[in-house]
Amino acid sequence: MRYIEGVTTLAFDPGRCNGCGMCAKVCPHAVFRMEERRAVLADRDACMECGACARNCEPGAIRVRAGVGCAGGVLAGLLAGTGPTCGCSGGSDARG
Amino acid sequence: MDYRVSPGLYAAGNPDAGSPVLVSANYKMSFDRLRDVLPKRSAWILVLDTNGINVWCAAGEGTFGTEEIVRRVSETGLERIVSHRTLVVPQLGAPGVSAHEVRAQCGFRVEYGPVRAADLPAFLDGCGPASAEMRQVRFDARDRAVLIPVELVGEGKHALLLAAAFALAGGFGPSGYSLAGVRTAGLGASAVVLGSFVGAAVLGPLLLPWLPGRAFSVKGAVLGLLFAAGLAVAGAPGPADSWLGPVPWALIVPALSSFVVMLFTGATTFTSLSGVLREMRFAVPLQIAGVVAGFGLWVAGRFVGGGIPG
Repeated sequence: MRYIEGVTTLAFDPGRCNGCGMCAKVCPHAVFRMEERRAVLADRDACMECGACARNCEPGAIRVRAGVGCAGGVLAGLLAGTGPTCGCSGGSDARG
Repeated sequence: MDYRVSPGLYAAGNPDAGSPVLVSANYKMSFDRLRDVLPKRSAWILVLDTNGINVWCAAGEGTFGTEEIVRRVSETGLERIVSHRTLVVPQLGAPGVSAHEVRAQCGFRVEYGPVRAADLPAFLDGCGPASAEMRQVRFDARDRAVLIPVELVGEGKHALLLAAAFALAGGFGPSGYSLAGVRTAGLGASAVVLGSFVGAAVLGPLLLPWLPGRAFSVKGAVLGLLFAAGLAVAGAPGPADSWLGPVPWALIVPALSSFVVMLFTGATTFTSLSGVLREMRFAVPLQIAGVVAGFGLWVAGRFVGGGIPG
């Protein structure tokens, strides 16, 4: 299933990529693909901003504002005066 | 009932210094699912303290993370127990785990295993890397259906409160306030509210791929419009309940349904925070307006000519 397109905060700098393949390995939605020993963004709009890729990118080629796509969490955060939350800590700015 | 497992190192079968180390969360289901696929195998299970939360949620929160892995490896003395230096971490732990950081801090290499425990035996027996299929998260009908009780239980109290508000407001009538109105129009209205809530909570997840639009609030609104149309055709509630008959419900039911299905975003495997924020910006004001205006019209309609008391 597909969600809203053109909104992801995912950013990839191919210049920093060392071809380790971790991003393609950890992504639950095949956003990255390895091509000739470099990563390519195969499906940006499938990104759910979980942050796994950014956290496992050692050269820091990937940035994303990681968070949970949960409307209830956003509302709870608004009512509590914090950022989005599911009752515990929510998203974070992840960079490898 | 407590669903936590004590963190620490566990032995499945008869592991020795060469047996694989499988990392898990201390949520009972995570642990049990892992044990279930390990009969006749020997492995170490390193259970992290994730406050009893499952792997993926805990990873998002950071409790299933680099720091906790390093801490647990140290506290269990794992490096004296196994001769290798590899930890098999479930792929969905990756949002919280930095593989290169774990290695730098405790000397163990993280190998990400498949998403589902069921694929673990094949992964352990195979030549290392998991297949692309093992690394994808699905969200089919069954996955969506099992989440319906979460929605019903999680939001049920709020739905009952809203229903109670309508029930009490049913007492309003041309002659002021009477309990007879609560019993007739009030209960009828609260039944529609609860029916809309349950309908959206059950049918939203089930029909998700087929409801139009990418935004869940839109899918919910369409579902609600269909329900409201059905009510109007059936003539229920009718003008005897409130002068405007189905009109307030044409606002309330889609707004409510839109809200309920929008809340399902938190239970899915693919919605992004950015997407949720985008749809909430236009949807929530409309949902609030719909319920408030609909409620207002309905109460006003009670004063005009609804509900002959007695």
